[in-house]
Parts: sequence; structure tokens; C-alpha cells
Amino acid sequence: MDIQALAAEIPMEGEYNLEGIDFISSGKQFLAFILAQEQYAVDILCVEEIRSWENPTKIPNAPSYVKGVINMRGIIVPIIDLRLKFGIGDANYSETTVVIVLTVENEDKSRTIGFVVDAVSDVLNSEDDEVKNAPDFGGCVPQKYIDGLINVGDNVVTLLNVQALQAIEAH
Amino acid sequence: MSKILVVDDSNSIRDMVSFTLKSAGYDTIEARDGQQGLSKAKSNSFDLVISDVNMPIMDGITLCSELRKLPSFKFTPVLMLTTESSVDMKMRGKAAGATGWLVKPFNPEKLLATIKRVIR
Amino acid sequence: MSIDLSQFIPSFLEESLEGLELMETSLLNLQQGDDDSINAIFRAAHSIKGGAGTFGFNEVTEFTHLVETLLDEMRDGRREIAQPDIELLLVSVDCLRILIEAIRDEEACNNSNILATAKRLELALDNSNSESRCKLSNETSDQQNNALSTWLITFIPEPHLVQTGNDPLLLFNALSELGEVSLEAHSKDIPSLLELDAEALYLSWSLAIKTSANEDDIKEVFEWVEDECQLTITKKPIDIQDEKSLVAPLHDEMTELTLAKQKPSTAVSVTQEKKSQKAKNDSGSIRVGVDKVDSLINLVGELVITQSMLSELGNDFEMSKLARLTTGLEQLLQNTKELQESVMRIRMLPISFVFNRFPRLVHDLSKKTGKEITLVIDGEQTELDKTVMEQIGDPLVHLVRNAVDHGIESKAVRLANGKAEKGTITLAAYHQGGNIVIEINDDGGGINRQAVFEKALEKGIVDANTTLSESQVFDLIFEPGFSTAKELSDISGRGVGMDVVKKNIQSLGGRIQIESEPGKGSQFKVYLPLTLAILDGQLVKVGSEVYIIPLVTIVESLQVKEQLVNRVSGDMVLYRLREDNVPIIPIYNLFNIPAENKEISNALLVVVEADGQKVGLMVDDLLAQQQVVVKSLNENYQQVDGISGATILGDGSVAMILDIPGMIQMALKKSQRAQQVKLANKPQLAGVSS
Repeated sequence: MDIQALAAEIPMEGEYNLEGIDFISSGKQFLAFILAQEQYAVDILCVEEIRSWENPTKIPNAPSYVKGVINMRGIIVPIIDLRLKFGIGDANYSETTVVIVLTVENEDKSRTIGFVVDAVSDVLNSEDDEVKNAPDFGGCVPQKYIDGLINVGDNVVTLLNVQALQAIEAH
Repeated sequence: MSKILVVDDSNSIRDMVSFTLKSAGYDTIEARDGQQGLSKAKSNSFDLVISDVNMPIMDGITLCSELRKLPSFKFTPVLMLTTESSVDMKMRGKAAGATGWLVKPFNPEKLLATIKRVIR
Repeated sequence: MSIDLSQFIPSFLEESLEGLELMETSLLNLQQGDDDSINAIFRAAHSIKGGAGTFGFNEVTEFTHLVETLLDEMRDGRREIAQPDIELLLVSVDCLRILIEAIRDEEACNNSNILATAKRLELALDNSNSESRCKLSNETSDQQNNALSTWLITFIPEPHLVQTGNDPLLLFNALSELGEVSLEAHSKDIPSLLELDAEALYLSWSLAIKTSANEDDIKEVFEWVEDECQLTITKKPIDIQDEKSLVAPLHDEMTELTLAKQKPSTAVSVTQEKKSQKAKNDSGSIRVGVDKVDSLINLVGELVITQSMLSELGNDFEMSKLARLTTGLEQLLQNTKELQESVMRIRMLPISFVFNRFPRLVHDLSKKTGKEITLVIDGEQTELDKTVMEQIGDPLVHLVRNAVDHGIESKAVRLANGKAEKGTITLAAYHQGGNIVIEINDDGGGINRQAVFEKALEKGIVDANTTLSESQVFDLIFEPGFSTAKELSDISGRGVGMDVVKKNIQSLGGRIQIESEPGKGSQFKVYLPLTLAILDGQLVKVGSEVYIIPLVTIVESLQVKEQLVNRVSGDMVLYRLREDNVPIIPIYNLFNIPAENKEISNALLVVVEADGQKVGLMVDDLLAQQQVVVKSLNENYQQVDGISGATILGDGSVAMILDIPGMIQMALKKSQRAQQVKLANKPQLAGVSS
């Protein structure tokens, strides 16, 4: 999956195309993906890689949503299935199933975790003021993981907090 | 290019003296004790020798008197680097043939100005 | 040009700390008449003082000065080498260490102990104190008045002056830094050619200098030759016109000194920016012997040769070259192996770095407890990984303290038991298998098995019915909660229990074993892997999963013989392996994964050993043995029970490395829980009438 290819398909105003690299004048970019037919997104700067699903090596006695670990260029990366963690949808593993690998830096430590989702959707550009607050209506995804909502056309995309996701299995 | 022999068993002092001298455009060769200093002296010619007094194997005073025995070092200025400035120290140094002394703590500016008394 | 010397601060600090170590070791072993040692100790203090002065570390300079003065008296013979002085010096070394570490860690240092020790030093030095104090004061600042004055100088050197290495011309050169100089040489004393000594100086000079410097500054230029000359310096009232008439600029062929301009004085900045490194244990750098680097260079060289050979073979390869290709690949394997070992060795340092704190520790503890103890150190050149070494220090300190506190008996007790009054603690290190073994042995009273068991009973760690082997009883010492607050004496205390020691050792991939004989002594053996990063492993298959068992833990692998399987107390399945009854651990059960074979009767068993305990791991298949690179799961995930790490196999997949002691614990807990459940569900038989 090539983010750039995805991004290039989306016509945006105020963009300058420089050899296929899209610059935005302000705001942030997000990678949107699908979980149980609903749209979610994460800060694209945290996205290390998008991989197709491969069977990971199991971790003994791990929670069911921790599928195991994979080898990503020599690094051991745990794989967490968000569908199982949040209890939404069916955890199928098909050709469109992807793993979004996120890296978050905290002080002196950085953590890389892969999250299983149904499919990758779009790259979204958004100004800061376009991110609306998410009402705490008791959805499947706990409030602490949600940073806000973005309106894209008629749809609503739930913006997830990457830091919270990274702490996901430290219970 | 004036060449200076720097002898001191303390790595940091030796490095600092050498660094200061090099910054001023002098060439330096280093030794970590009197014995090594003497052997360097035998295979090189120097315009000045700066040596610590308290060193293992061969101390600075002994180094000085040994140097004076070498024909090529008869008139070479030899300065003792020391924290002591007692009369006794001066006499011992003179007796060994030392040219003068430099008192620690080590002041780079002072060092460079002072050695002008014995080197171009 | 300003010379920044701050770059030399870190190395000076490091050097000073090493010097302090040397001082400490020498002081501990100092005997009367040992001139060499006393001189070495003096030199170390002297270097620290000198360097500290240069960088403006005044506290250090002043303190060290006191130490140095005391040492000077000792080395001169003015003072006898007495025990109280040595103790005082040892404490002083501690103080200096604190001061220097404070500078290094960029922390403020408000240690009242240091002030107290300084007072003690001053007291010891008595009245020589005030004199030496004065010597320390910084050079008096020059009183510069900006007014120019003219000074007249006559300089009549002794004939042999040049033999001291001084050269009047250069002295005048230096003088000209202070101001404009004009001079006249006097050749009246030059004898006839026949009487002339070529190496003697027969000239004298009159000079005039126009400068704003004072008399002392001028005198200073001549300070080295003042005993070898007659020197007069007089101030001339300011009359610039007179200057020319006073000194006729004579052109003597030997001396024509051009009027030199006063150069602007170079500013000195020993910037107080302390770029010292933080953290007590500096993990940021490592000292490597040149020999190790050279060996590395050689091996890389060989690797390059092998590579080009293989590359050439590959260029137009035909099957006829197959044999050569195989040889080449074997060579590549060899090169890579050697390179790997060589690189690993770079991180290896002699254990002396850790051991060297113990003589002092035992010395202090001896005094504190009133017990006389000799410390024997063996194998201090044994090398181990730097990271392991940094972390093993604290546990070892605790074990040694434990040996002093609880191991060695008091003098009275020892004598009563016919033992030597002096106890001995031995610290030894050696390589064994893939490990480094560190032994802490004492010839004390040994561990009382009964007492330990009773204590554990009291703490609820075991119940009365548990039967334990001797080593298992000793292991109880490592249970959390074993020691009580009232027992943690000042020496062994500080909240560091034996359980922490064991945990630390285990986190390094090691284990600890106790042996003891009542009345004779105890032996604590710490096993640590030589390197954290590489492991020799046995690959095994359980279900669809591949696991790696550390080769050092494997005793043997076998096919189960039905008749040797015994079921004991319900859940435990034991296998009779010669004399031992070895519990069988079904990995699939422990890890909750599907397995091909769940039948013990014809299972494949890998017998492993950890903490003196043997268990048989049930696997589906034995695969290859290979060396693996250990990767931590902690980086991106977290610690997993029973797993010590992961590795990437040749096919790119990830395999888990088994933590044998951890698995044994897991199995134990599992069966204990099962027992408790069973007991809870048991119908109450007592008091129930039929």
C-alpha cells in the first residue's frame, strides 16, 4: 500500500504538487481506515508502515486481541487486532485485511505496534478546527482512545488517539 | 615550526598543555613519564621541554639532569610544571639544570606568555 | 584567541576518579616504609589538585591540598604512617569522590561530612595548616595603572647563564610583551679570543621599557634567572623625551631588538560549562584495548577476502564449482562466527571493575561489626559483558554484606568452635560453559536449614506439610517477605532483600544457587550468561509453534518410556530419569496452545535444569540447534511469563525463547492453584455423619 498513491488521488485545495510529494499549507494529515464498516483515522505522522496481514508468532497466554508478534525489518512488533479489542465487527483475515504499524515516541522511549483493521481508506487533510469533539455516547470504543470527530462529506470519521492505543496492552 | 616535548603522567594535564601549545602554533610530542620523555628526546630535537615533576618511573628533576647529559640538550630550555613553588623545589630544579618553572594551576594564557622567555 | 579547555573536563574527572581508586587500594595495603606506594598516593592527589585548579574546581582544589600536604609529610618522613591517618585519608578519598561525582553529574554538593573531614585534616596538620593555606591563594591581581612609566633595567648575567637553557634575547622578547623596549648591550667583559669560552656569556645589558606594568611584572620576566644575574630595576620619572638620550640605540651585531608592540592579552576562557555526563553508571562509552580493535580489523579483512572469493565464484557459476562454493560458504560461516565473537568481546570488561570496591567494603564492614575478616579475590581478570557488569554490582554487594553480617561469626564464637579468629570471605569469578560464575564463599557458620524452614513457616511462605530438598530450603531465603524489618540491619538493610538480588540476577538471564554446611560455611554461586545478546538454542516444535530452548539448560532429550511415568498426588506427572523423579511440563498446557501430541505415553521430552530443579518439557518435535540473536519483547510489548525473549529465524519468522526458570515457576503456580481448587471443592468429611 502506498500512502503517496492514495494521497495523490484526493484533490485538495491549497496544495502544491512537487514531484508527487503533497504539501499542505496547514493542519494535519490523517490515515483513515475501516473497522466494521465504520471510518476511523490516526495521525499520519505516526504511521510507520502499512502491511498486509500475515500470521504472527503467538505470544503464550496473551489476551485474545494480541495476535502475536511479527518481524518487521529486524524489529519484533506486536500485532493487536482492534476489532477484537474494541469488540466490533468480525475478526476475519482476508486479502484486504491490513496491519497499520504505528510508532509513537515518548520521552526517551519509542514504541512500535501493529494494529489489524479491515481495510485502509483515505488520507485526510484537516485543519485543526475541523476536528470536533466526540460526544461521550457510550460507543464501542472507549472515550480515552478518541481524540475527536472529522466530517468528510456525509461521513463521520472517528479520530483515534495514538498514544492511548500504544498503551493498549499495558494492563 | 618550534617543537615542544610535553611530559606529564596525568593524561588530562598533558592533553591540555599540548592542546594549548598547538593552538598557538607549536608542534608537540608527548610522554607520560620521565623515562619515555628521555627516549623521545634521544630520537628527536626539541626547542623546549615542559615536564611535570612528580611522575612514576623517572621524575621530572631526574629527567632534567639526564637531558643535560645529552649534547643536543645542553642548552635546550627545560621547564618544570609543578604545583610547588618552594625555594627547595627551585634549588633542586636548578641543581638539575632546569631553566625555569611553571606553577600549576595551569593557566593557558600564562603558559603561552611565559614560554616566550625561552622559545621564539 | 580564547582557549576553551572545557573539552578536557570529562577526561580529567574520569582520571581523577581512577586516581582516587588507586589511592584507596594503596591506602588499604599501606605498610611502614612502603615508599613507592606513598609516592604513588601523593602523585595521585597532586594530579587531582593541579587539574582541579586549572578548571576552577575550587572546593576540590582546597580539599585535595589538605590531603596532599598530609601525604607530603608522610612521604618526607616528617610523619609516621599511622593507622588513624590512613583511616582519615580513606574518608578523605570518599569525600573527594563525592565532590568529583557531583561535578560530573552536574549536581550541587552540600555534604556536611566533607566539611567535617576537612576540619579533621586541618587538625591533623596542626599549625602547618596556615602556611599551606596561604600558598594556595590565587595569584595576586596585578595592579594595573594605565599610566605609562619608564623603567630602567640593568641586567648583568653570570657567564654560565645560557647553560641553564635561558637566552637573554628571548627574555627581552618576553619583556617586550609588556611594552616598548630599547636597550644597549655592553661588551666590555668579553675576553680575548684565546680566553673565550664559547659556551659562556660575557655580555651585559642596559634596558629601558615604557610600560604600564608594575615592578613585579617586570621582575617576573627575570624570575628564572634572578639567581644567576645582577638585576636592577628602577623607575624613571615620566619624561618621554629623555628616553632617547638615556639609551643610545647602539647597534651591536648580537643585539638588535626591534621595538615590539604590546600584543593584546589573550583572553582565557575555561568555560565553566560542565559538559559532564549524567548517570552514575556511565553506559555511554567503553574503553577498548587496542588489541581487540586490531583483532576486529583482521577479521573484517578476512571477511572481505571471503566475500570477494564468493563473488568471483558467483560470476559465472557452473555446477563444477559447487565444491568450491561450499568451501567458500563454510569459510564465510567461520569468518562471521569469529567476527561475532570478536565484536562481543569488545563489550567485555574484566570483572575487576566490580570487584575493586570490595576490599574497601569489607574493610569498613569489618570495623563496623568488630569481626576480623580477610577478603580473598580470585579471577578478577575474568571478563564479562559491560551491561551485565553494571547491573551485577549491587546484588554482589548485598551478598558480601550478607556474608559479613550473617555468615561470619563473631570472634568469640569462632574461637569457641575451634576456628581461626579471622574469618575469610572469598570472591571468585571464572568461566564455565557459556556462563560466568561468581562465587561468594564464607567460612562462617553456614545456613541453619531448620531455622530457615521455621522462619518461612512463620511467614506463611510454606506450610508444615511441604517437603523440600536442601537446596529448596536454602532457596526460601530468596522469597519476598523472608527477611523482616527488624533483621535488616544497617549493614545488610536499606530495603534491598535477597528477593531483589535474585530478581536482578534473573533479569540478567542468570541464576543463583546456594550451598552450605553448618559450622563450615556457605557458598553462593551466581551464574550469568556471558553475553546477553546471543544464545545457543535448541529449536523445538509444539503444535505449529517453534520455540527455542537455551542449550545450556538442556540436560538431555529422550523419548518417553511409558513404564517410567508415574502420577503422583493427582496432577503431578513424574518421569523416572535414573535416580531423579522429573516433573513433566506439557508446554501446550502451560501456554494454552494446540499441540499435535498430548499423550505423555509416547511424548518427546527435553529434560532441562534451572535453579537446581530438573523438569521435562513435552514437545512435538526436535528441530535444529543454532545460535540465535536475542531480541527483547519489552521494547515494543512487555515481559511475558515463561518467555525470555524472541529471535528471528532464518526464514524471517519470529520464534519465542523459553525462560526455563520462569516456566518452572508457572507450572508450580498452576499446580498449586489446581490443588487449592481441589481442596476447596472437597466435601467436608470431618464431623459429617454418614
